[in-house]
Amino acid sequence: MDAIELTDISIDYGARRVIAHLSLRLERGSVMVITGQNGSGKSSLLRVFAGLQRPSSGHVHYIANGQNSLPADARQDIGWMAPDLMLYRELSACENLRFYADVRGLTLRDSALMALLDRVGLHGRGDDIVATYSSGMTHRLRYAYALLHRPSVLLLDEPSVMLDERGHTLLAEVVDAQRAAGITIIATNDPREQRFADTLVHLEGAA
Amino acid sequence: MSNKLLWRATKAVFVREMRSELRSRQALNAVALFAVCSIVAVSLGLGPLNRSAELPLIHAALLWIVLLFAAFTALSRVFVVEEEQRTAAALRLAAPPHAVYLGKLLFNLVLLSALTVLIALLAIVLLRMQVKAPSIFAVMLAAGALGLVSGTTLIAAIIARSSSRSALFAVLSFPLLIPMLVTAVRGTALALAGMGWDRCLAPVQTLLAYAVALFITSLFLFATVWED
Repeated sequence: MDAIELTDISIDYGARRVIAHLSLRLERGSVMVITGQNGSGKSSLLRVFAGLQRPSSGHVHYIANGQNSLPADARQDIGWMAPDLMLYRELSACENLRFYADVRGLTLRDSALMALLDRVGLHGRGDDIVATYSSGMTHRLRYAYALLHRPSVLLLDEPSVMLDERGHTLLAEVVDAQRAAGITIIATNDPREQRFADTLVHLEGAA
Repeated sequence: MSNKLLWRATKAVFVREMRSELRSRQALNAVALFAVCSIVAVSLGLGPLNRSAELPLIHAALLWIVLLFAAFTALSRVFVVEEEQRTAAALRLAAPPHAVYLGKLLFNLVLLSALTVLIALLAIVLLRMQVKAPSIFAVMLAAGALGLVSGTTLIAAIIARSSSRSALFAVLSFPLLIPMLVTAVRGTALALAGMGWDRCLAPVQTLLAYAVALFITSLFLFATVWED
């Protein structure tokens, strides 16, 4: 993925306009951090980037090799994690990740799966049922879900919420690695995460 | 997406549904209990029915009414659970829509087939329903179940994000399934009465044609319903 372009994006909830006429362009290798008070539209904007929500007006274009595509057509390039993202609680972490690898058409070797679980700090817990995980472990599994297919666009919504200090280190490693792989967009109000930003966007909440 | 990848993703969705259901048994327990209660209530309420020319039609109607409401209880769960447990977004982002539809349709088909066998056996035992042409009866039930699943799986996806899901599911499914239901009742009555293929082939063909039409329409519409 070479770039993402937002053109005149507005997001409305009923009569309330949360984001008004936002336009920007992100290039490969860049990290954008979105801040703003609760209800200012950070998560909604990330869902628009992911193609999980349509903007009320405007367009998002993913640009690769000079070709434009819509988020819905670029999903193999998108990794998304958010506190409201849930994986199947009755399955183990390994079963979840194998399932998502299968539906994405990926071949996931045992060694790659173990390496991924290691990377997100779930070493030795891959066969445990997700329902038995703590909130922090569940959040680490969300990282594994987002990174499973080595996406070129990584969307992180409140990435360190529920994580301990080692979780912050994990986040820093993920963001560093993603600089080489593509584009990172983070929605957060944590000052420690704002230091990752090449581009900082503060949402005021339009009206 | 190639057919091989689509099949692989479809199989993954189906296997995941089966695995989740076998671990939680939410749909199976709810529907099996509903089926047993319904048939027992009908058998107690009606008592022994007198043999008459109308008896196969009455038995067929009772059988399909119980099947229809059991299907309403069970078949919407595949999408409703995804929304309730907030797993839908992860699935939406990762899986091709057609694989989601086909995998969940297959799961619903397995679930309804098990349910149909259970309800038919209960009807034979508790309602003393006589089946004079068993193979035609089985084909009629299979064709009807196929139609029920084809029609209701798409509706389940439509209503999953609504707040009044149960009512909406019945309201939307009912008009879609009525023509199929009338044919299934009449065809099943013919099988119960021991009629041969010369009389029963037409309802089977109608049911299969209806199921295929609903399946193809659903396949075309599903991506829009799932993504929006």
